[in-house]
Amino acid sequence: MNNKTETKTETGKSRVTDLIDQVLEAKSRHEPLKIVGGGSKDFLGRKTNGKVLSVRDHSGVVDYSPTELVMTARAGTPLVELISLLDQHQQMLAFEPPVMNGQATLGGTLGANCSGPARPWRGSVRDAVLGVRLINGEGQHLRFGGVVMKNVAGYDLSRAQAGAMGTLGVITEVSMKVLPKPALEKTLVFQLSQSEAIEKLCKWQRQPKPLSGAVWVNGQLYLRVAGAEQAVEGTIQQWGGDVIASEASQRFWSSIKEQSHEFFGGTQPLWRISLKSSAGVVDENMLLDWGGALRWTRQEASLDQIAQQCRPFGGLVSLYRDGDREAEVHAPMPEPLKRLHQQLKQSLDPYGIFNPGRLYSWL
Amino acid sequence: MALSKTQILAELVSILPRHCIISDEETQRPYECDGLSVYCEMPLVVVLPESVSQVQSVIRLCHQYGIPLVARGAGTGLCAGAMPHAEGIVLSLAKFNRILEIDPDARTARVQPGVRNLAITEAAEDYDLYYAPDPSSQIACTIGGNIAENSGGVHCLKYGLTIHNILAFDMLTAEGELVTIGHEGLDSPGYDLLSLLIGSEGMLGVVTEITVKLLPKPEKAQVVMAAFDDIEIAGEAVAGVIAAGIIPGGLEMMDSYAIQAAEEYCHAGYPTDAEALLLCEIDGTTEEVQEHVDRVEALFHQLGAITVRTSRNEAERMLLWKGRKSAFPAVGRISPDYYCMDGTIPRSRLAYVLKRMNEMSAHYGLRVANVFHAGDGNLHPLILFDANVPGELEKTEEFGGKILELCVEVGGCITGEHGVGVEKLKQMHAQFSEEELAQFHRVKDAFDSRGILNPGKGIPLLKRCQEYRSIESAK
Repeated sequence: MNNKTETKTETGKSRVTDLIDQVLEAKSRHEPLKIVGGGSKDFLGRKTNGKVLSVRDHSGVVDYSPTELVMTARAGTPLVELISLLDQHQQMLAFEPPVMNGQATLGGTLGANCSGPARPWRGSVRDAVLGVRLINGEGQHLRFGGVVMKNVAGYDLSRAQAGAMGTLGVITEVSMKVLPKPALEKTLVFQLSQSEAIEKLCKWQRQPKPLSGAVWVNGQLYLRVAGAEQAVEGTIQQWGGDVIASEASQRFWSSIKEQSHEFFGGTQPLWRISLKSSAGVVDENMLLDWGGALRWTRQEASLDQIAQQCRPFGGLVSLYRDGDREAEVHAPMPEPLKRLHQQLKQSLDPYGIFNPGRLYSWL
Repeated sequence: MALSKTQILAELVSILPRHCIISDEETQRPYECDGLSVYCEMPLVVVLPESVSQVQSVIRLCHQYGIPLVARGAGTGLCAGAMPHAEGIVLSLAKFNRILEIDPDARTARVQPGVRNLAITEAAEDYDLYYAPDPSSQIACTIGGNIAENSGGVHCLKYGLTIHNILAFDMLTAEGELVTIGHEGLDSPGYDLLSLLIGSEGMLGVVTEITVKLLPKPEKAQVVMAAFDDIEIAGEAVAGVIAAGIIPGGLEMMDSYAIQAAEEYCHAGYPTDAEALLLCEIDGTTEEVQEHVDRVEALFHQLGAITVRTSRNEAERMLLWKGRKSAFPAVGRISPDYYCMDGTIPRSRLAYVLKRMNEMSAHYGLRVANVFHAGDGNLHPLILFDANVPGELEKTEEFGGKILELCVEVGGCITGEHGVGVEKLKQMHAQFSEEELAQFHRVKDAFDSRGILNPGKGIPLLKRCQEYRSIESAK
């Protein structure tokens, strides 16, 4: 690796021919495949069976040009590798993905749509994607999107891979927008009840301040302010709160992103709720992330029960970890939308070989 | 079996009030093209429904009889994406022009598809919020059209495209079923259909209501203008700003033709002897803007700018932008006609692309002025021509096509924000393989098996089908 402004460092090796062969074999046998990267998110989605298709060895950076703010890497590349390369140029993956003990890969992160606490302000993994290459159910290696910031030619099947859990094809390569790291980052803590925190968050998020994280847990609201030095200092002065030490701050945000915070401990089912940030208190014991737009709860209950509890708040519930993963993990979908999902899947995976049932039992 | 115009009208009268139907040639005339008027076609009928259930009935009618349906917003598009189909219906959503709700705490607005882009920002102003994507047609273009094209603007690098600023919408499928795509939260389970549908040029569904994201208005914005006597150095200066870790709100470049035309048109104070001009807008908190403006000014000096000037107040900032925003009409004044192209390139290839373009310009004997969204690599070459000179339009189109192929050659794409429509169908073959195009057709089939929504746009026929077609017609 060199330190020139324009880095064109290709690392690792392409295994794409091998991957295509495995897809073609599965196609001819009509045999389902279970696509695996680093294996770090096996807990996510529904339990599925299938012959393992490992993308892990299809790894390495294909191209990285810091001043273009674009990085292209093979799907099996561990995120930690990308992050350390970006670090050398004071850049970052803006969507702050969990690295899952170093096991998380780029392809898996996109497939599972994993974005960290910075997501409301810096965008999701979907938002960072510029293009992908993927193998469809016919074993064709296709390229969608590109390596430039703006591209409206053809249907965008690249960003559409986010959250598809590998059911639309085998992602082999991802090009994404990267961003410079902020010059300064500080964390403020406030002692507030959940409803007070939501009220404050509504007020503060309407202000043009360089917020990059907002989490409420156990009576404490944590705000991360990041950007130009003067902007961070100015915001802190205006908002008040206790500034915590930089190491403690990093530990805290990492524990939220990686779900190693004690809140996430235990074995009760972990539920994820997506709703508008200003929604009121659904349950006093939830953890709030994304400025209020993402809420977590650990409890023994059925999907229906939690969904019913969240309905008045407009929340969409998913079972994230533990619990019954033979059953559906997402709330049911209206019939016409379900049909569009099935037809789209069919268009890319006509033989139904990619991760069948991982997202929904019927998909 | 195709219905005749009389039969279609008879059906329409039973589902729409008479005043919502335009069937005479004279009143239909304004609908014959979008902003790219070299492509014209008269539709059979134009309808302007007033309720979602009326739209639904029109779609169901089209689905039942296989009638082509072209949805249309303000018609400001630049790729003939809204050009009517000779045997079809134009569905204008112009009457869906209400802002339904602004939720300042959630920072969202719920709007109808015919609402103008700028009207959203104007309505949000009371709350110090705004809608970020700002295509240059933002005074007139509608949010529904923005969704169809995944519109950008001059602030994309920092604030993203339409796809990054839409949370959800209601859409009628080709079968006329109403579905909600996305969610008022930041994500929703299932496929990310927003990604697929935004930018699909009206070929996969008809949007009827939209929830957009609003952002807090930056405390302050200032523009640093820098002039260079060499376009390559200007390109390096852009890379320099990014390398310094600064993401400007907007970063625009103009070449000497564009500078001169714009200066003559609106006297923004651009140095007319410069080869390249950069406009770098820094926005954010007051402190941040100060810190970054100082650094950008120093950087431009250091990198060889011949003039550097920073706006001292809003009036000066607006004036500096006025020159850039009026670059198209300004260029229009120095030539009888111009043709605006829209490719994207990796920024580092700018100098090479401009050099090649100059060679082509000499070859075709046609001048080119360039405005460039330098921050995100989106290039708008304006080819100057005279439509009254026989053969010059055809020559211009050929030249334009070559420019787009050049963009693909250097790793870019054939359209950054204008869309494919009818105009760039041919160049789609340069960017995508036959297998990829076939995949697009299968996606289209998944959403619209009868092929009624905006047929013939966006995705070209496969080469093997075209050959088949020409064999058929030669028989």
